[in-house]
Amino acid sequence: MALLEVKNFGKQFTIHHLGKTMQAVENIHFSLDKGEFIGIVGKSGSGKSTILKSIYRTYLPDTGNIVYDSNRFGKIDLAKVTEREMLYLRKHEIGYVSQFLNVMPRTTSRQLIEKALLEMEEPATIAKTEAEKALKHFELDRKLWDAYPNTFSGGEKLRLNIAIATVKKPRLLLLDEPTASLDQQSKVKVREIIEKLKADGTTLVGIFHDIEFMDGLCDKVYDMKSSPVPLQEEGVLCEG
Amino acid sequence: MHEQPILCVRNLNKQFGGGCQDCRETSTRKLERNYCSTCGTVYACQDISLELFPGEILGIVGESGSGKSTMMQCLYFDEPVTSGDAYIHDVELEGQNVFNLSSQKKRYIRNHKYGMVYQNPVKGLKMNFSTMGNIAEKQIAAGNRNVTTMERTGSELLENVHIPLFRAKEEPRNFSGGMQQRVQIAKALSNNPPILFLDEVTTGLDLSVQANVLDLIKRIQRESGISMIVVSHDLAVIRMLADRTIVMLNGAIIEQGLTDQIMEDPQHAYTQRLVYSLL
Ligand SMILES: Nc1ncnc2c1ncn2[C@@H]1O[C@H](COP(=O)(O)OP(=O)(O)OP(=O)(O)O)[C@@H](O)[C@H]1O
Ligand SMILES: Nc1ncnc2c1ncn2[C@@H]1O[C@H](COP(=O)(O)OP(=O)(O)OP(=O)(O)O)[C@@H](O)[C@H]1O
Ligand SMILES: [Mg+2]
Ligand SMILES: [Mg+2]
Ligand SMILES: [Zn+2]
Repeated sequence: MALLEVKNFGKQFTIHHLGKTMQAVENIHFSLDKGEFIGIVGKSGSGKSTILKSIYRTYLPDTGNIVYDSNRFGKIDLAKVTEREMLYLRKHEIGYVSQFLNVMPRTTSRQLIEKALLEMEEPATIAKTEAEKALKHFELDRKLWDAYPNTFSGGEKLRLNIAIATVKKPRLLLLDEPTASLDQQSKVKVREIIEKLKADGTTLVGIFHDIEFMDGLCDKVYDMKSSPVPLQEEGVLCEG
Repeated sequence: MHEQPILCVRNLNKQFGGGCQDCRETSTRKLERNYCSTCGTVYACQDISLELFPGEILGIVGESGSGKSTMMQCLYFDEPVTSGDAYIHDVELEGQNVFNLSSQKKRYIRNHKYGMVYQNPVKGLKMNFSTMGNIAEKQIAAGNRNVTTMERTGSELLENVHIPLFRAKEEPRNFSGGMQQRVQIAKALSNNPPILFLDEVTTGLDLSVQANVLDLIKRIQRESGISMIVVSHDLAVIRMLADRTIVMLNGAIIEQGLTDQIMEDPQHAYTQRLVYSLL
């Protein structure tokens, strides 16, 4: 049974001060079962991140349905859930990782992971031990545990980012270019992490510009070309 | 998800002035921002409806004059509303529009259910009382009589907001702006309120002091689960504190959503200008 079904999804952006509206994506269809891993490919600007951010409600979906089979709510349309329901799902069921670390300032690696667990109402003692487990698991150097992540290298940030998103064991994990700008060695590490998550039954949607790197891990690939081409002449609007 | 909001506000209106033929009718009135140029009436809050859920921080953002402080002062009963309802989810108050209660009942709510941190510390603190005296005043209003426990809680609160205890006897007028805001926060928390209103708590403070106060608020929310409405014209403050955000313009709500959505995919022209720093 499908855990996530994206049906006829579309998203427009209106930039008022330029008086412009552009269709970022249109007619997106895909579905995936529990435990599956789908990779989204397509050229820059084709709308890959827009899809992921709309699933996570960082972007407001406008047409179509994003049907998610939730533990708590049963089948619901993420394009229409309330803000409070979405916050619940973010805390308990759906994780999002981008290539950028977007975290609170003045908070250490350890605190960030503990915070994620405390949000799920885990007792403080468990949060502490689980956070240490996660830091070890993702091979973050011990000297980084109580440091502020703004000084970390790209690979370190990313592993911390994935640790934060996965300690809560999300059922659905959204990955936006988690390997971009990493060296080969760090990429291999990230692939191992994804492999483990998949073995644990996590359902994954990922964007990879080098999808070959995910060979043998991805169950499906969704090519943005399979949807109608976005209006290119207006599509240049936000680049540069 | 059938979750009860702890505070539910419906169609709050607040006007300064009696209105005239040109502006009395909501659907046809023509205002200059929030102001009727014929009679000078200010429509400071127009049909504000919102819900505050247990344990959340709700952010309110909007430019100067958009009605944020007026709304907070109406909620805290500093100003009477022109019309509108507010409900507090609580056994004693269930189903009653708190705006219509007697002034005695309103005082009870302020003393037991609400804490307020004002934009201007002069409004929230008695500058000629000692710091501890300021806190004790609120504790007494909330029905505390035992001096020893009041002092103990007072010291804990001051410690919590990093005011050294040896300064507890001093009057807050000797304190820096950041310290005064932290004393206000300690005072607002001293009756252990389920609902806390914070109006521009960091405005006018140095960046490092701001960070300090923001961390404090975040920590209080994490540790005590108090529900808060945080008002600021500063998006960075809202981004850091709030899960959900409401955008106000000229006294009305023009947009609301998850905070990251408001920041990354703002819908309204005004919100876009605010977020893209075009203002
Ligand atoms: N918040 C936004 N506001 C306005 N336009 C946006 C916004 N986000 C994306 N767009 C536009 O939507 C289109 C799709 O962008 P998106 O980021 O989804 O592409 P992408 O496939 O992820 O590209 P890349 O591979 O470069 O990351 C682009 O034209 C982009 O400018
Ligand atoms: N007592 C009053 N009499 C008349 N007009 C008032 C009064 N108090 C506030 N106003 C007006 O109501 C409007 C809203 O003011 P308010 O203080 O609520 O704005 P604000 O959003 O808090 O602004 P700021 O960001 O500058 O604090 C303003 O136009 C203000 O001039
Ligand atoms: Mg992208
Ligand atoms: Mg104000
Ligand atoms: Zn008038």
